[in-house]
Amino acid sequence: MKHARAAREFLSNGPRTEWHSQALWYVRQKRDVQKDEIRDWEDLREQASVIKEHTLSNLDQYLEEFETKALKNGIHVHWAVNAKEHNNIVLEILQQAGVRKLVKSKSMLTEECHLNPFLMDKGIDVIESDLGERIIQFADQDPSHIVLPAIHLKKEEVGKLFEKKLNTESGNYDPTYLTGAARKHLREHFVSAEVAMTGVNFAIAESGGFAVCTNEGNADMGVHHAKIHIASMGIEKVIPGKDQLAVFLRLLARSATGQPITTYTSHFQKPAEGKEIHLIIVDNGRSEHLGKDKFWRALKCIRCGACLNTCPVYRRSGGHSYGYTIPGPIGSILTPRVDLKQYSDLPFASSLCGSCTDVCPVKIEIHEQLYQWRQEVYEQKQLSGTKKLGLKVMGRVLARPRLYHRSGKFARKALKISPRFLIYNRMNPWGRSRDLPAPPKQSFQEWYRENRSKS
Amino acid sequence: MKAGLFIPCYIDQFYPQVGIDTLLLLEKLGVEIESPANQTCCGQPLANSGMEKETTEICSHFIQLFSSYDTIISPSGSCVLHIKEHVPESLHDEAYFHVRDHIYELTEFLTDVLMIEELDGHFPHRVGLHQSCHGLRGLRNGKSSELAGDPSSKARSLLSSLKDIQLVDLDRTDECCGFGGTFSVFEEAVSAQMGKDRIHDHVKNGAEVITAIDMSCLMHMEGVIKRNSHPLRVMHVAEILNFAIS
Repeated sequence: MKHARAAREFLSNGPRTEWHSQALWYVRQKRDVQKDEIRDWEDLREQASVIKEHTLSNLDQYLEEFETKALKNGIHVHWAVNAKEHNNIVLEILQQAGVRKLVKSKSMLTEECHLNPFLMDKGIDVIESDLGERIIQFADQDPSHIVLPAIHLKKEEVGKLFEKKLNTESGNYDPTYLTGAARKHLREHFVSAEVAMTGVNFAIAESGGFAVCTNEGNADMGVHHAKIHIASMGIEKVIPGKDQLAVFLRLLARSATGQPITTYTSHFQKPAEGKEIHLIIVDNGRSEHLGKDKFWRALKCIRCGACLNTCPVYRRSGGHSYGYTIPGPIGSILTPRVDLKQYSDLPFASSLCGSCTDVCPVKIEIHEQLYQWRQEVYEQKQLSGTKKLGLKVMGRVLARPRLYHRSGKFARKALKISPRFLIYNRMNPWGRSRDLPAPPKQSFQEWYRENRSKS
Repeated sequence: MKAGLFIPCYIDQFYPQVGIDTLLLLEKLGVEIESPANQTCCGQPLANSGMEKETTEICSHFIQLFSSYDTIISPSGSCVLHIKEHVPESLHDEAYFHVRDHIYELTEFLTDVLMIEELDGHFPHRVGLHQSCHGLRGLRNGKSSELAGDPSSKARSLLSSLKDIQLVDLDRTDECCGFGGTFSVFEEAVSAQMGKDRIHDHVKNGAEVITAIDMSCLMHMEGVIKRNSHPLRVMHVAEILNFAIS
């Protein structure tokens, strides 16, 4: 029930929740305009889904092909079985280069691996260069969204933070002004950094290259100046070839932010003269996930965040209420694999409305997986005791028609004659903000017996 | 054709009028229909909480009651979807497959089986149609706003054929109301807020009546409406259609 509690807390500030929900709905609306701008939207989704399922079903083969080509291109390829190995590889590269500063563009994988605290612990200065990531780094918070990491903060809050961190004018909350200040600040780091890090949106097996999508150009700013480029990718990021890349590039930005394409789509093929590219291919539980019959399709995810923007629960509870790097519907079907016990409530943080499934550009049946994870939670005995008991009793009653009729009749009568305080109290969460239906004298089946039965 | 009427438990207990109107409507349209005695539930409250395997008894009783009918009709998209998708695998036999392939939500039955495009009726009110998610995105009784093209639904087509009805345009055509079964209790805060937001959309756009193909969504929204004394009421689509054509 951790999510429910955090959500209640988030909702206690009504106007702020409304603002948060509306801001994300605005992104969903921009996405809706884009999906109708191109004629073959549903075909594209189907293609993307098929490509991902094919690649995931032959993942070993494509990863090996990708590695071979990447090595041929002069890229250093590292394999990391988990977060710890990944972080150590990054540290080693930095240490070998004798560098104490790292400029990063946005990467959810490095968030998942908790790379920043690890490196900072070792005395490395880590500079996030995506504006949203830099803001939450200043605020010492986790991202609340996978594409819009600081969406939970208002411009006034960002302004106050920048006053402290960047010495901006007091009381000036103009977004253009604040962005300008951040740009100036980041440029100083771009020109002085010797190592830059990026994520990977798509790794292309046939060429051994990879694509990084950003809107701010910060990945390029970092990489072009630095001598060493470190790129981290999960094993599921590989696709067969550039023809398939075209399908995903048409879907990604449209789904994510309602843009036809990201402002920058940077293709990295081989290191420039005198420079190095290190690519870290990370498993961190993904191959175990891939082996799960009912859940492997979650690995099709291209991290567009559309399911977060559309989710009526996410919009009203905020990213931090999920307690994991990847929040929202997609997070709720990824986290139970990470730790079923710790995240056992997340598959329940959904009304199962299915909007996530219909908005997903790679057609992950998210709401069905939420349903299936709920079954796992019960199987693994992680369903809360009170919930289980109540439902078990209910199950007994519903399996016995006579008991069901008697209980129904009794409950309706009790509701009718009970004073309000007996019905509406702490024991009845339904009644906190809602009335119960007025109990009718007769059930439908009683009416039917009186009015239609032949006997 | 012998049709069986499936009345979900909460409609049976709390909204018998919806069951009666469904029955009367189908009778007026010439459907030979009966409601088998001893109905209880489809098992969804348990299964959606993770306890699908504890619904074997409930579902087996359901299949036994309904497998002798040529067609099964219910005024609930959610319960119908549940029977189609989440009956425990141990019960997947011929009787179950017959039920699964012949069970219809009411507006789906009217549109796809009776092939009704227009109803001769009259309902002079401003109506907001709430798109119940399981009917829309589960049974595909229409097209959700996430998919390419304009949203549509069978319920909307049927309602819009009534004389003098004014279907109001909502800001968000098919956002969830936040009921979600046990979600409404275990995630009470979010659930209630979703309900309030949905009702606000209907009020803002001038609806006098909120209707839906699922009474569960309406039970939740009615609860919020009553608590806050909002100036509108809820009616199941079956109630409107039966009233309109009488």
